[in-house]
Amino acid sequence: MMSDFLQFAVSGVTVGAVYALIALGFTLIYNASDVVNFAQGEFVMLGGMGTVFALQAGLPLPLAALIAVMGTAMIGIAFNKLAIERARNAPIVSLIIITIGASIFLQGVVQVVFGKGIHRLPAFSGDEPLRLLGATITPQSLWVIGGALVVFAALYLFFTRTITGLAVLATANNRFAARLAGIDTDFMMTLSFGVSAAIGALAGVLISPITLTSYQVGVPLALKGFAAAMLGGMGNPKGALVGGVLLGVLEAMTAGYLSSHYKDAVAFIVILVLLSVKPQGLFGLRTVNRV
Amino acid sequence: MLVVEGLRAAYGRIEVLHGIDIEIHSGEIVTVVGANGAGKTTLLKTIVGAQPVAGGTITFRGENISAVPGFRRLARGLALSPEGRQIFTNLSVEENLRLGAYLYTDTRVDKDMDDAFAMFPVLREKRNLNAGGLSGGQQQMLAIARALMGRPSCLLLDEPSMGLAPLLVAQIFEVVKSLKALGVTVLLVEQNAFGALSVADRGYVMETGMIVLSGTGRELIENPRIRESYLGL
Ligand SMILES: Nc1ncnc2c1ncn2[C@@H]1O[C@H](COP(=O)(O)OP(=O)(O)OP(=O)(O)O)[C@@H](O)[C@H]1O
Ligand SMILES: [Mg+2]
Repeated sequence: MMSDFLQFAVSGVTVGAVYALIALGFTLIYNASDVVNFAQGEFVMLGGMGTVFALQAGLPLPLAALIAVMGTAMIGIAFNKLAIERARNAPIVSLIIITIGASIFLQGVVQVVFGKGIHRLPAFSGDEPLRLLGATITPQSLWVIGGALVVFAALYLFFTRTITGLAVLATANNRFAARLAGIDTDFMMTLSFGVSAAIGALAGVLISPITLTSYQVGVPLALKGFAAAMLGGMGNPKGALVGGVLLGVLEAMTAGYLSSHYKDAVAFIVILVLLSVKPQGLFGLRTVNRV
Repeated sequence: MLVVEGLRAAYGRIEVLHGIDIEIHSGEIVTVVGANGAGKTTLLKTIVGAQPVAGGTITFRGENISAVPGFRRLARGLALSPEGRQIFTNLSVEENLRLGAYLYTDTRVDKDMDDAFAMFPVLREKRNLNAGGLSGGQQQMLAIARALMGRPSCLLLDEPSMGLAPLLVAQIFEVVKSLKALGVTVLLVEQNAFGALSVADRGYVMETGMIVLSGTGRELIENPRIRESYLGL
């Protein structure tokens, strides 16, 4: 009994860590630009697919992963410069539609260049599962969970300990005032897109040995990451972490105790109920403005 | 120090500044007064580059800065404490001040923050609180203090007395006067014409996007037209 529960929890936290990273990507871009970036899932796909093909080209895995993550960051930056920045004055809805367009475009390019095949990355530290209180955990799960923890810790330090991190928060809070303070808000946006894309790609690299990858994996992951961000409260990194893990565990428990047919439905019902009670999400920011 | 010549600015196709000429000398306190919608805020926003120049030039310390991006003008010495305060409501009081000194990483940042707290002691008490929770008067103090953290040689103040209780208004005008001793040149925009002209060396009167009158603070306070239209005397 207990070991079942533990087993479901382990797989829930693993998937949840990936959702949390994707939700974090949503949050960073949302904070910098008010845009919900539905191309976020494609960054995950590009990370996985990029690594697969760099590996096939003969590069060692760490180098292949690094190139895929950096390349995806470049694509995120180019996406901001070429599409979002130019349409800055358009309504937010138009910007969101641009991100959907970018998502379809990126899928198309990958499909043409790399084909429709489904690919697998080798697990980083082998496939020999570890035993933990009657449950098993693969080394790759530990990579996923550890990777997410490192990313969240690094970002926490960036936002709380560095002046550049503070400037990103200032840009999110009040762009006009940030520029008055001498902050290059365009650069802060570029930085947010670059970091967000890199985090998405890293999630893709970490999860591909478990879930496989193809040009199509982005959209469902974007939806899950978006749901996780909404659950935790859009715009709050802590919310992304909690929302992601919660969604992952919820899915795993449903799949384990009910049926995997229901896992998406149950997760979304819980989210709908929660958001109707607490529309700003668990950790949603509410600004107090007194005049 | 700051020379504005033939300055025009527009929102879309609607021009709201129709050729403004003003000049501020180093060390002066200069006031611009004018009714609602005259274009005072637009003038300040254009000077700091938050609003594009549609015609004319802005010369600051001998250089034409009309085309310099807004975020680069603070480094040249131009700071704005904007209308409506525009503080970072999600961040703490101390973080707001630290961001005012975003351009700097030296030890003077800490000293400047101490000076800001000495100028506005209530901000020291609330340094770790969310700035969005401050009262209107406290937010105004924070906006001025944050602008000063940027070490401006010329500080533009947009309606610092707006919405404040009379006692606070007096305090704000005292602060403006004290800036002179710190060597900061001040361009002050106010609807509270009497208070502003009293602390000013010189003043301009603005009506619908044009300067219609100028003179020393005293001359303007004594001008019958001003007394009637702006001072309600
Ligand atoms: N963002 C904007 N878009 C369009 N028109 C604007 C905008 N801001 C101001 N205006 C118009 O430009 C004119 C000048 O406005 P501005 O805010 O500069 O006046 P002001 O003298 O500062 O007024 P107040 O004393 O009320 O602050 C007004 O007619 C106003 O309606
Ligand atoms: Mg105004």
